[in-house]
Amino acid sequence: MDTSTLAIEVNGISKSYGTVKALDKVSLDVRRGEIFGLIGPDGAGKTTLYKILVTLLNADEGSARVDGLDIVKDYRNIRSRVGYMPGKFSLYPDLTIEENMEFFATLFGVTVEQNYDLVAPIYKQIEPFKKRRAGRLSGGMKQKLALSCALIHKPSVLFLDEPTTGVDAVSRSEFWDMLHNLREQELSILVSTPYMDEASRCDRIALCNTGHILDIDSPKHMVEKFDGKLYGIKARDMYGLLKNLREDNSITNCYTAGEFHHLLAGAGFDADKLKQNLVAQGHSDVEIKPIVPDIEDVFIKLLSNE
Amino acid sequence: MSTLKVLLKKEVLQFKRNSFLPRLVVVFPIMIMLIIPWVTTMDVRHVNVSVVDNDHSQLSQRIINKINASEYLTLHSVTGGFDLSFKSLEHGDVDAILEIPQDFEKSFITGSTKKLSISANSVNATKGSLGSQYLAQTLAASIKEMRASLSPAQAGDLVVIQNRYNPTLEYRNFMIPAILVILIIIITGFLPALNLVGEKEAGTIEQINVTPVSRFSFTLAKLIVYWVAGLIVITIALIVAWLVYGQTAVGSLLTIYTGAFLFILVISGFGLIASNLSSTMQQAVFFMFFFVMVFMLMSGLLTPIESMPQWAQYVTYVLPPRYFISIMRSVFMKGATFYDMRFNFLALAILAVVMNLGAALTYRKRS
Repeated sequence: MDTSTLAIEVNGISKSYGTVKALDKVSLDVRRGEIFGLIGPDGAGKTTLYKILVTLLNADEGSARVDGLDIVKDYRNIRSRVGYMPGKFSLYPDLTIEENMEFFATLFGVTVEQNYDLVAPIYKQIEPFKKRRAGRLSGGMKQKLALSCALIHKPSVLFLDEPTTGVDAVSRSEFWDMLHNLREQELSILVSTPYMDEASRCDRIALCNTGHILDIDSPKHMVEKFDGKLYGIKARDMYGLLKNLREDNSITNCYTAGEFHHLLAGAGFDADKLKQNLVAQGHSDVEIKPIVPDIEDVFIKLLSNE
Repeated sequence: MSTLKVLLKKEVLQFKRNSFLPRLVVVFPIMIMLIIPWVTTMDVRHVNVSVVDNDHSQLSQRIINKINASEYLTLHSVTGGFDLSFKSLEHGDVDAILEIPQDFEKSFITGSTKKLSISANSVNATKGSLGSQYLAQTLAASIKEMRASLSPAQAGDLVVIQNRYNPTLEYRNFMIPAILVILIIIITGFLPALNLVGEKEAGTIEQINVTPVSRFSFTLAKLIVYWVAGLIVITIALIVAWLVYGQTAVGSLLTIYTGAFLFILVISGFGLIASNLSSTMQQAVFFMFFFVMVFMLMSGLLTPIESMPQWAQYVTYVLPPRYFISIMRSVFMKGATFYDMRFNFLALAILAVVMNLGAALTYRKRS
């Protein structure tokens, strides 16, 4: 693929902390103008990858390019071209919204007015409180301020590390809308999240776990690729049901997933026969139905394949 | 706006908005200067003396009166036997016992040798030795008076003692320059180190590290604030020394400030190394404490370097406060000039370069 169409290019990056391998030969490409999601639980190595890409951490092996620049040789130039929003709120709590914005703008050699158009859709929401100190803002407002500060110098690649962690559902949804608006401005965005349900808001995603990438694809295609029949099942005694299902040889995998348990059918699976067996085992109100898999099911299936 | 200017503005804003720091810089030196010179004193006062008077003569009475009149000695009791006085000493009521032998006055006039004896409780070595010294001086004075009244021609001292630079032997005069040193260590060593580690703990340093800002201007902006704070602290302390204790520097203030600024450079550089090597405030504090203990106890701040074992004296050559304390005391009390202290200034300048180079080398923007 032509380099100029890639915002981020990661080739076989590894990083260990002592004996713990945080990243194990990770490779991925983020195209220009796309929202790329890193989806994985805590400890998947997401933050480590971010730190390496924004030049805060050196990789043990492998290479990477951000906006066409090598992360080792051209680290100085990368710093003025990327916007980074760390997982933990890390603006100055004792400076006001306005002062934080001006401070970071000046560090990048720009003024707030210069790039006001880019940040306006987000910044306008917190501008009425601009004299308030950042430490006294709510979680959602802190997040908007952090995003504004990360955008103020008009970066070409935006790195968002778990931006929606600890934010309420409505603000989370709003936040994703904002990201889609930014994509219209030809920004490339690498965003990580532990919430599987946010995967569908990305153009492409990488599912990762314990330093490995399990699969990279568009969320839609990833679900379509799911081979196997998935059922949802419930009964009055959900815990006893789970135990009984796990003893059944015709079921490949079974796990809790809200109201219904999800079960992946194996060889010789028959839904009607299963229902009869369960009733015979003393279960009441047994309900079983085929369901469409989501990203979480894909993730669990990939994990069990490892 | 230039980068350094905006960084400075941020530091000043943060400093002012901190509920603790501005007060610390003003209140701390005043408090320390008002209290410490009064309480840290090596002068021994109120030495309780019990006199065993076996003589009951005019001379023994004269001695007892003299003890009673001394501002250092307090007459506890006059007893008729050593055992009685010794009991009080064992109880801790008495610090020293003076025993006047029988027929002391008679022997004094006839020129034979009856001896006075002093027994002092020396659990506290300073108090014991100084107490018995004061007592001996009081005795010598009484005897001199007695001798003068007997034969005026013999009067006159063989030895004359003059305490130069600190004629009243005030320990306070020795302590005030030392307190200035401690204040600088705390304000310009601890505070910037904790501030930097604080940015590490809060994660704000990460946000700064992904900007094109150079580590040099980022750190410099922080230091400038604390340098100014350090100079303010010294000024306040000098004013208190003048207003409360009537102490002014004999030498030039410019020399004192030059020394202080060099020392500030050294100590803030040292603070930077501490902050670079620690990832939490706790680590930084313990790192600093370890060295500050050594600085306080080995730099001649409290006890003279010359009394240390030889190997320890060699160690003091790398301790920055050693030079600054020497400059402070010499300029403050003796009126030494810049030229007199040139080697101390040179040593401080070298240490300033070494410390700040060390700080630059231990700093990492990415790990």
